[in-house]
Amino acid sequence: MGSYLIRRFFLMLLTLFGISVLVFVMLRLVPGNIADILFDSAGMVDVADKAKLEHDLGIDRPIIVQYADWIGGLAHGDLGYSYVSEKPAIEEILPRIPITAKLAGLALLFSILFGVPLGVISAVRQNTALDYLLRVVSLSGLSMPAFWLGLLILMAFVHYFDSIPIYTDPPKGFWDALWLYSVPAAAVGFRSSALVMRLTRSSMLEVLRQDYIRTARAKGASDRNVNYHHALRNALLPVVTVIGIEAAFLMGGLIVTETVFNIPGIARFLVEAIRWRDYPIVQNLVMFIAAVAVLINFLIDLLYAALDPRIRYAG
Amino acid sequence: MANIEAARDSVERGERAESVWSRLGYYALSHPLGLVGGLIMLVFVFAAVFADFITVYSPITTNSAISLLPPGHGHPLGADAMGRDIYSRIVFGARISLAVGLGSTLLGSVFGVALGLASGYLGGWVDLVIQRIVDVLQAVPLLVLALVMAASLGPALGNTIVAIAIPLVPYTARVIRSNTLALREQPFVEAARAVGMSEFRIAVRHVLPNTVAPLIVIATAQLGAAILTEASLSFLGLGVPEPHPSWGRMLSESAAEYVRVAPWLVIFPGVAISLAVFGTNLFGDALRDILDPRLRD
Repeated sequence: MGSYLIRRFFLMLLTLFGISVLVFVMLRLVPGNIADILFDSAGMVDVADKAKLEHDLGIDRPIIVQYADWIGGLAHGDLGYSYVSEKPAIEEILPRIPITAKLAGLALLFSILFGVPLGVISAVRQNTALDYLLRVVSLSGLSMPAFWLGLLILMAFVHYFDSIPIYTDPPKGFWDALWLYSVPAAAVGFRSSALVMRLTRSSMLEVLRQDYIRTARAKGASDRNVNYHHALRNALLPVVTVIGIEAAFLMGGLIVTETVFNIPGIARFLVEAIRWRDYPIVQNLVMFIAAVAVLINFLIDLLYAALDPRIRYAG
Repeated sequence: MANIEAARDSVERGERAESVWSRLGYYALSHPLGLVGGLIMLVFVFAAVFADFITVYSPITTNSAISLLPPGHGHPLGADAMGRDIYSRIVFGARISLAVGLGSTLLGSVFGVALGLASGYLGGWVDLVIQRIVDVLQAVPLLVLALVMAASLGPALGNTIVAIAIPLVPYTARVIRSNTLALREQPFVEAARAVGMSEFRIAVRHVLPNTVAPLIVIATAQLGAAILTEASLSFLGLGVPEPHPSWGRMLSESAAEYVRVAPWLVIFPGVAISLAVFGTNLFGDALRDILDPRLRD
């Protein structure tokens, strides 16, 4: 277990290094930097001014120097300055993280609350009308773009309540916040619960075919006992992995949903920063998102190894 | 010899072709949901190919006289704020959606297969390096990577295809690698090596064809994901640029402000995206059942 842990940890660091190079290089491929954009929008063309701006921002230096500068800063918490607001990037990013984290946590909670029980029901009642209905609903959950679902929810609110549940002021108190976050979290979580449901179903079906389940039934265990005690516990292992991956990949849904519901989290901020070519924000945000994803995967792997002895001893 | 001649006779009589059709019929009947998915996909392909013949109005020409026209009055799905016919834009949008979906899935598959095959078949340090690249690409959420790529490549149809294809590569590479690892140990590979075939030829002629089934399964799943990603990119304004009509951009133009006054601008493009992806997913599910017996329920 110890050597497995150390190996996985170093692989994680290597991956993070790779991501930093990838993000950094990709952003420098952009035709047109912030200086171009600022000058285009201001209608100025003085080449000397532009060169001075590029020099002030440090983007006229060799790419290797810029990269070393960034990583060196990261090591002691200096993320550089936003080109747009001219405030330290860390001050722009940090306050937005809890907002997105709450939204993601709530969406994940929905996906487990709905996904796991419905997946079990679908598997236990395989090939009944209920199973077909649940499968079609879950597949439509995977087919609907999260932003469209968000727009439909907004439309329903306008139609039935004549109000729009979008974020205008920071929420006052716990219940206000819960209400404000629940609606967009449902829009994001629908897809995840569909995914969790499908996986729980196929994992349950796989386990229910195993010999030990037949043995348990032969020994006279009740259906309920077999399904929930013997089968579900083993079927949940792969589901744990997918929930972990999904936790990281919720980001895709969050980006569009925060845009629709006007939520000032990091996902919407990323899109704005990309539009503005605000490199310090974009590279640090992508790095942060990837680091969270990699860390969650690492923790899930550890959890998996702790839960399943076959993995601990194979590697 | 007699067997061979009998087989040739039956081929000449067209029996083999007949059996392919009867097998297709069998699969269609045993997977009704897959059949529905296949039919939905056919409708979209038809709309994309014959867009010019099944629409009356141009999807790009604006007409201020019919700005925000509700459905009806010769425009079955209404018109947008610039007076463009929504039905035409959705039909032509199918073309963009399909082009980006197929283009990025194909491109991603080509790179994914090449990397996966090299990684699994050659092993050693090649495998190690490729797997680390795959780790890196897979660690960044798909839409985030596609967004950054799309922004750095600039707005163009081809760039959108590339921006969506690259994030798909690691998934294909993983699947092809694990299949190649299993195939590499098969007796037929050993036999090919024993008769003196080059390693490259074994990999391409004997291992590669055996990975086609899992490749088709994962590519179908990715087609849906690619269509959704294109819609999301365009919705955020970083996808396919004007004047191409894109379903995702139709929603961004109409978004929150028209929720109140012109719901048809919000409903129809979303239905188009969802239906197209739903069809691909239904079809892909059935295909996986048929091609991958291990997952068959």
